[in-house]
Amino acid sequence: MAQRVTESEFTLDTAAALAAAEPASAIRGRSPWYLAWRRLRRNYVAFAFLGLFVLILIACALAGVYARHVAHTGPNTNHILETVRVDGKPVPVISQGGYIDKKTGKPCTTGGSDCVLLSAIPIGPTWFSAGGRFVLGADQNGRDIAVRLLYGGRNSLIVGIGSSALCVFFAVVLALLAGYFRGWVDFVITRFFDLFYAFPVVLLGIALGSALAINGFHRFGINIQSGSLWIPTLVISYVLIPYVGRPLRGQVLSLREKEFVEAAIAQGASPLRIMFTDLLPNIASSVLVFFTLIIANNIVLEAGLSYLGAGVQPPTPSWGTLITDGQDLIVTRPWLALAPGIAIILTVLSLNVFGDGLRDALDPRAKVKVEH
Amino acid sequence: MAAFFVRRTVGAALVCVAVTFVVFLIFIVVPGGDPAQRIAGKNATQQNIVNIRHSWGFDQPFYVQYWRMLKKMFSGTLVSYTSQQNVIQQIKQGMPATFSLTIGAGIIWLLFGISVGVIAAVTAGRLSDRVITVLALIGISMPVFWLGIVARYYLAEGGLTSIFPDGEYVPFTQSPVQWFWHLLLPWLVLAVLFIGFYGRVLRGNILDTINEDYVRTAKAKGLSRRRILLKHVLRTSLIPIVTLFGLDFAAVLGGGAILTETVFDLHGVGQYAAQSINNFDLPPIMGVTLYGAFFIVVFSVLVDLFYAYLDPRIRPT
Repeated sequence: MAQRVTESEFTLDTAAALAAAEPASAIRGRSPWYLAWRRLRRNYVAFAFLGLFVLILIACALAGVYARHVAHTGPNTNHILETVRVDGKPVPVISQGGYIDKKTGKPCTTGGSDCVLLSAIPIGPTWFSAGGRFVLGADQNGRDIAVRLLYGGRNSLIVGIGSSALCVFFAVVLALLAGYFRGWVDFVITRFFDLFYAFPVVLLGIALGSALAINGFHRFGINIQSGSLWIPTLVISYVLIPYVGRPLRGQVLSLREKEFVEAAIAQGASPLRIMFTDLLPNIASSVLVFFTLIIANNIVLEAGLSYLGAGVQPPTPSWGTLITDGQDLIVTRPWLALAPGIAIILTVLSLNVFGDGLRDALDPRAKVKVEH
Repeated sequence: MAAFFVRRTVGAALVCVAVTFVVFLIFIVVPGGDPAQRIAGKNATQQNIVNIRHSWGFDQPFYVQYWRMLKKMFSGTLVSYTSQQNVIQQIKQGMPATFSLTIGAGIIWLLFGISVGVIAAVTAGRLSDRVITVLALIGISMPVFWLGIVARYYLAEGGLTSIFPDGEYVPFTQSPVQWFWHLLLPWLVLAVLFIGFYGRVLRGNILDTINEDYVRTAKAKGLSRRRILLKHVLRTSLIPIVTLFGLDFAAVLGGGAILTETVFDLHGVGQYAAQSINNFDLPPIMGVTLYGAFFIVVFSVLVDLFYAYLDPRIRPT
């Protein structure tokens, strides 16, 4: 217990005495990361959404388990001619079409204006009344939508996280090179950024994506098959590099002028060492925030490219291809298109909220923004 | 000022040419199949393909092909590989739909984006701010084409309620009422993402600016809250919004709203680009890319000029 002192008596000696009287553990160095963690810990909303994202990750990671033990089918297995027992009654997976009321999804009894003609109608959501089979219904080919949703989520997340990691990696390297060497290196790299700013992202994405989708890529010793998930991953990471690289380059340029860089040069540190041990840790917080927010952005972009046929190629499921598949049946089986869309919204929303929380925690006055 | 224009014009021209060159390279380096084979059709003989390859110049070195394509583009005689239609004509046909979509959606997203941002910032921390923040986050998390599909299902003809007509573009000259009615849903769908995004950016900027010294000075002078907000705070806070709006507007005008145009089947420039890419048809893709890059470059100059107007400290350089 420290003794009470009045202001007039307070000298450096009393301060030292007070400090000595404190328990030793009370004073300790706190890294910026620890301080950020403390701020983040108090942000319950951000944590709740991080939890949601982790749940989605786990669910998609367990897609195989669900497929094998609950739904008893695979993501690309057709069940066109089979029947399934719903509440003990056999129901065909794909029913013969006919006139269907578009509001109720049931066959029309009167020939009203709400009737539409359909060739084949897949089974609707069974909500576990068929022992876990076709929980969300089936698509035109009699494939289990719940299984495809989980496998599709896995693919969308692989593409989203993978492309974000690649994009941030290349952007960081380019930003460090441009910011450290300046001069003509910076000139070339910024011109590269400017050039890709002049393209609409989706246009460049579908140009690259569909060019690669036909035969894959087999040059310069690289072999990528045409249906590979690497194609959307690489295309998406590539088109977004300038959007991450440009703000990071600005940060590196201003850090380059700081005394600690000068000190490192005076000590004889090599450019590589300065870039990766002195400059990189100082932009690490921005990189982390960009990484989180770019994943969100890339999941949406993957869906868009897949919708236009330039992303994930059928029959491989992804949230984007599932929406595309479900579009044709939206009148009778709206869940086919609604479910993957809702999955995207929840995932992207959780990443955006957590990314915002992370940014606020790492730097309360940060200016990191992801442009769409 | 004259130096500014000369430098920016030269830079803009270089960017446009470079962009077309990049697209050309993508389609040369990436083996997407032989264009001669596609022109010849399925039942072509080997001799047919060789003839086409020669007459279209596909046997020339790539820089010669590129130069020819640029020449054709600027003389307006560039034709598609698959449909043999004139590319410039096709882009011109798509422009009214794309322009209508962009201008209408742009007005909606700018007006709503600014109002939403101002309301959220003024009531920061209260219920309206929370609601707006949540809605804006959901808005930016939605894939625009999914929103379009769902909106069509619930609101458009052939769906549940049949309130709106289902897609398709009706020229303004044909029927202004139908033009508006057909475009209303695409406008709203396209605007949702931007409203959420602009609202969030503007809210953050206003909250940053409100703590500046000059705002305190204005308060100390006894100016009204309204005047401070409109004349002092909003003027600086709007600068980043102007940049965003200029570039987004240009991108959509240049065919960037590919997804919205495709979902609602508007037959705009973006949809033309998407179809050409699916057909692997290089000339239209080159044309649309140049067209899009032109708008982006022009609008980035306009944004710089408007900057100088909003903030007298900035001189266009």
